[in-house]
Amino acid sequence: MSTKLSNITKPGAYQIRTITGAETTRLMEMGILPGIRLEMIRKAPTGFPIEIKVRNSFYTLRKSEAECIELEN
Amino acid sequence: MEQTPKTIALVGNPNTGKSTVFNALTGLRQKIANYPGITVERKVGTSIIGGVLHQIIDLPGAYSLNYKKLDERIAYQALIGSYEHEEKPDLVLAVVDVTNLDRNLFLVSQLLDLEIPVILVLNMMDVAEQKQITINEQILSENLGIPVISISAKKREDIERLKQFVAKAELSPPSPLAWLDSFQLRQALGKVKKEWIQPHTNIPESAQHTEALRLISEGNFEYVFYTFEEQEKGLKVIEQAREILEQAGENPMATEVLQRYDFIDRCTKDATQQNTDTSLSITDRIDSVVTHKVFGPIIFTSILLLMFQAIFSWATPFMDFIDLIFIETGNWVANALPPGILNDLLVEGVIAGLGGVVIFLPQIVFLFFFIYILEGTGYMARAAFVMDGFMTKVGLHGRSVVPLMSGFACAIPGIMAARTIENWRDRIITIMVLPFMACSARLPVYALLIAAFIPATPVLGIFTYQGITFFGLYIFGIVMALLAAAVMKWFFPSGQQTPFIMELPAYKLPKWDVVFKNVADRGWIFVKEAGKIIVAISIVLWFLASFPGVDQQEYDQNAYEGETIESYQLRNSFAGKFGQIIEPTIEPLGFDWKIGIGLLTSFAAREVMVGTLNTIYSIEGSDEDIVTLKEKLINDTDPETGQPIYSIATALSLMVFFALAMQCMSTIAIVRRETNSWKWPTAMFVYMSALAYVCSLITFQVGSNL
Repeated sequence: MSTKLSNITKPGAYQIRTITGAETTRLMEMGILPGIRLEMIRKAPTGFPIEIKVRNSFYTLRKSEAECIELEN
Repeated sequence: MEQTPKTIALVGNPNTGKSTVFNALTGLRQKIANYPGITVERKVGTSIIGGVLHQIIDLPGAYSLNYKKLDERIAYQALIGSYEHEEKPDLVLAVVDVTNLDRNLFLVSQLLDLEIPVILVLNMMDVAEQKQITINEQILSENLGIPVISISAKKREDIERLKQFVAKAELSPPSPLAWLDSFQLRQALGKVKKEWIQPHTNIPESAQHTEALRLISEGNFEYVFYTFEEQEKGLKVIEQAREILEQAGENPMATEVLQRYDFIDRCTKDATQQNTDTSLSITDRIDSVVTHKVFGPIIFTSILLLMFQAIFSWATPFMDFIDLIFIETGNWVANALPPGILNDLLVEGVIAGLGGVVIFLPQIVFLFFFIYILEGTGYMARAAFVMDGFMTKVGLHGRSVVPLMSGFACAIPGIMAARTIENWRDRIITIMVLPFMACSARLPVYALLIAAFIPATPVLGIFTYQGITFFGLYIFGIVMALLAAAVMKWFFPSGQQTPFIMELPAYKLPKWDVVFKNVADRGWIFVKEAGKIIVAISIVLWFLASFPGVDQQEYDQNAYEGETIESYQLRNSFAGKFGQIIEPTIEPLGFDWKIGIGLLTSFAAREVMVGTLNTIYSIEGSDEDIVTLKEKLINDTDPETGQPIYSIATALSLMVFFALAMQCMSTIAIVRRETNSWKWPTAMFVYMSALAYVCSLITFQVGSNL
């Protein structure tokens, strides 16, 4: 079982299971790789974008990108 | 390094302190310009290293050479020597942020494939020390096969150390593809290279590995910048290469990246040590407030309000002063030179035109002062995060908010501020809709028309129709801007969508020298580049309004009763003829030839409309005499029918026209400068004018038939 990052509502630490979809290469280039720890920090006032932390850096992802990231349950 | 002048390129991720290194190396010996034809900034300078003067290029920040963003493509093309506006570098200084070493080394691993000597500059060592990250440069250097030095770019002595290190370093190109350890990827790469890249493209040899890998990962020819032939064959070869990987269970979009990160892990494993830092940093704590669901938007709105209030109240005295200086200079020149055409040209064309350029400087300077502080501290990225959800609904970006709001003061600084939007499509749409925001130059026109034609009848106790109209015009501008953006979203090709993932850099104090230097650069670029166009158009407008000249005799014979000679002259000038010629076209909007002249002259600046109407209505003395002009407008009648020329419908129609039309040469000039082409300003002029015409037509026709 896995959950898409776009469906996560609670901040917390997760482990990435896979990256899929059109943005795969770019997300992975940023070091967002399967097996890596990802922290979902918060959501923007409108729900998206969301803020995540990977390898000491903070990023914002729009919904379309968050949908590409699947997390371990 | 041998003692000959070299071209040294600085390459690195955004927010790594690369620009700080560049500034420290070059000092004042640097030049900032745009690359020809595009909106990416080119920064070059010189630096004396080991007694030799070298050229330093600060290439645009990049996360990857896989060029999906324009900045990254320029950096990549410059590195492989296939960019005509940039020399191929002899040496690359890869500047990396040690607090996120892995991600930074991804780009470095790509640089290692290009057969250019690379020196790894580990920056931000001061921050690393606080975070208890230690790095053994010796081991890292051996593992990567390139020289490594760690510095903190803010420290002067570290920059000296860097220079000495570069001067002494032994330079040889690293061996490419050191990271590649899968047989299948090697096979796929070799296939694409041999069967398609080598025979059918003109890509330089040193870039062929990189290009083959990119094509395998992308699977198509999107973004390709070099010339090639046999596209179908190419696609087939790429497809076969991808199949090799897929049969081995590898994802062609992922396998290269994964192998590079494996390589990075191997290189850093025994060279770095860091304690997993789970404590809340200052950045985390600030962010929990400024990006909060409720406080975030409130804080952002407050900052914007404060900022614009400050710009407004600080810039106004400077603008008045500049105005005064140019008027006084004009008067002085007018008196010092013998009267005649040359005198008029200098005073009313050149000096007035220059004044029209310089008058924008205070607002530009103040706005950019704030923007660079917000950008430099890292707040701007948070503001974009907070606003992005609202703005994407209408096809804009979170970063569009500040430029759009700046448009209330003046479109010029707003359009310049749009450069903080990285994404090209979002940036163009922001620029294209920005002039709808009701700028301060529309104020005198609105004020005049509202005072003259909208009744001051109270509504709902505290409001009046005048106040509501005024407010309505502002809202109208905002609504039109958002509507136009939403429409343009559909027109723009979404195929070339660039990634939206955005980094939120750690908060830091702004570097004042950088802030002031950037502000000065912005101001100067405006004066130099937009200034040329503004002065040129001023002279043309002056010519149109001043010729042909009239003499006293002619005036005495033909003038209407009570018409001043200035008014008579303007009526018979080219501008006056223009007003009369276009009268039939603007009649359905409720405008007569007098307004026609005003529409032409207000192209110099919208508020000129008031001055022009003053001249036409033969009001002598102060240009600001709105009360007299108001009376004249109200009492003006059609000589044939005896009916008043202006009705409420005419006034509303004219206000709508001013709200929508692209009537500002300075905006045209700055759009040309910021987009680097005449295409966008032309499109802007056409669509805004057409929209203004249609909306005014509807307003007048509906209004006068009610």
